[in-house]
Amino acid sequence: MKIAVASGKGGTGKTTVATSLAASLGRRAQILDCDVEEPNCHILMSPEIESSEAITLSTPLVDMSKCNLCGKCGEVCNFSAILTIGKTTLTFPEMCHGCGGCMLLCPEKAISETPRELGAVETGSFEDVEFVQGRIRIGEAMAPPLIKAVKNRLNPNKIAILDAPPGASCPVINTVKGSDFVIMVTEPTPFGLHDLRIAVEAIEPLGIPMGVVLNRSDIGDHEVQTYCGEARLPLMLQIPFDRQIAEGYSRGKMLIQTNPDYVEKFIGLFEDVSRFVRKRSETKQEPQS
Amino acid sequence: MKELVIISGKGGTGKTCLTASFGYLAENKVMADCDVDAADLHIILEPRVLEKEEFWGGVKASIDQFKCVKCGLCAEVCRFDAITDSLTVDPISCEGCSVCFHVCPENAIKMDEVLNGHWFKCESRFGPMIHAALLPGEENSGKLVALVRNQAKTLAKELGKSLILVDGAPGVGCPVISSISGANNVLVITEPSLSGLHDMQRAINLVQGFNIPTVAVINKYDINETVSSQIEAWLGENKVNLIGKIPYDTSVIKSMVQRKAVVESNQGPANEAIRNIWERLSRDVLNLEA
Repeated sequence: MKIAVASGKGGTGKTTVATSLAASLGRRAQILDCDVEEPNCHILMSPEIESSEAITLSTPLVDMSKCNLCGKCGEVCNFSAILTIGKTTLTFPEMCHGCGGCMLLCPEKAISETPRELGAVETGSFEDVEFVQGRIRIGEAMAPPLIKAVKNRLNPNKIAILDAPPGASCPVINTVKGSDFVIMVTEPTPFGLHDLRIAVEAIEPLGIPMGVVLNRSDIGDHEVQTYCGEARLPLMLQIPFDRQIAEGYSRGKMLIQTNPDYVEKFIGLFEDVSRFVRKRSETKQEPQS
Repeated sequence: MKELVIISGKGGTGKTCLTASFGYLAENKVMADCDVDAADLHIILEPRVLEKEEFWGGVKASIDQFKCVKCGLCAEVCRFDAITDSLTVDPISCEGCSVCFHVCPENAIKMDEVLNGHWFKCESRFGPMIHAALLPGEENSGKLVALVRNQAKTLAKELGKSLILVDGAPGVGCPVISSISGANNVLVITEPSLSGLHDMQRAINLVQGFNIPTVAVINKYDINETVSSQIEAWLGENKVNLIGKIPYDTSVIKSMVQRKAVVESNQGPANEAIRNIWERLSRDVLNLEA
């Protein structure tokens, strides 16, 4: 079972929900922090990191002794990462998406590949929970290949909890794709509602069922609840604002460490999610590609 | 003309609330929302759209099943696993690199331009504004951010405005890099949690890599004064000017629910702190004429 935790708006409590859910499930769970730009699960879990692996992207390296300046590479590159100018062929590795087109299509076979470091994937454990996180190198723009590398370490024998980045664009889609369920975490404010809607719209075409966890559920208005009713999104858990939880979080404590009563609620959340997924696979309303 | 970009690293630390307040306080400016995948500034500013334009940011492959002879070469060369087993294109995985298009021996593949989103030229309660909306799930946010900033610059020149206030995206990746490169000043807003500290450090390291003068603000600083002091110490060591601290104040949420900027009511401790920050920022950092 793969459960992604997403939100649209940042700072609504994705990491709070993902870490407490995984820790409540204990040895059955694996947590994968896919928010590679700002991974925060490690702050709340202080995992023991056992290994770290650099993740790279292959970018072009031109052998000028073979290059006849035909300019084909620049013509085929859709990302402005290689260009023949005057008597030389220049590369712009930061622009390269690693498609390998220039190397493949160079008539002189003058291009080989050299790695550009995107970041690292670290694996380890927090108590019985398996822990994986990606961390993008500062200055690096391409998150999706790193997210893919994190997901490559997904353990099919565990309940995988994937902590997604905020927003609703390609890094979020790359994270939630292939999940059985998406838990959307939001807060009851106009910003929380607006960004929830966008994220729901982005994930809907993937055909993955979603449910909502409302964090700081008593701080704003009631529009998120209304929306959930209209959009038939199950409201699965509400977490009222509690200054103690906020203080615990600020010190790097998980919600279930500050308030252990929540262990049962998170196990309940998981059971609701699995019931949902089971029911769906039995009825199989929409065939998915 | 000056361009100030507000970012945070961590999401939900108060970027948009602060930008909206600056928008209320600043004169002679254009506003730009560069959080193109979850833009929220327009919720407070309630802009009237003057122009809506399409943003075509990239291409995606499609295979003509009548011409395809199922040789599978496209799937072999694709590094993004975007060609399915039945030799069709998975548009979500397609990166738009066109390698399959170039290698297909039957010319069965074409590259179609993709509508990635829209951008809007608006008039708002706080003056002219540019914002954009990436279509849900789409790519090329960095390109759209660059477009929004360029349009804001053009508009500011046209109208003779001296300042562009830019609301940035969370994180340190593609859209953030695109929103700060070439800006005059960056403001990083954080909150006193270990996550806030960690994410702020990464954001400031990014900005310093671009050699852009940076100031910082700690929001809700009194939620955890120990972590606030840790943040202050780190900023001091890294020569980042802490331009102000905002106390936790429930009126911030109240004003958001009423779709107002925090400073509009002119009441409460957060309002006061933000006004002081703006005064120092406009006078000492942006050197705007009073």
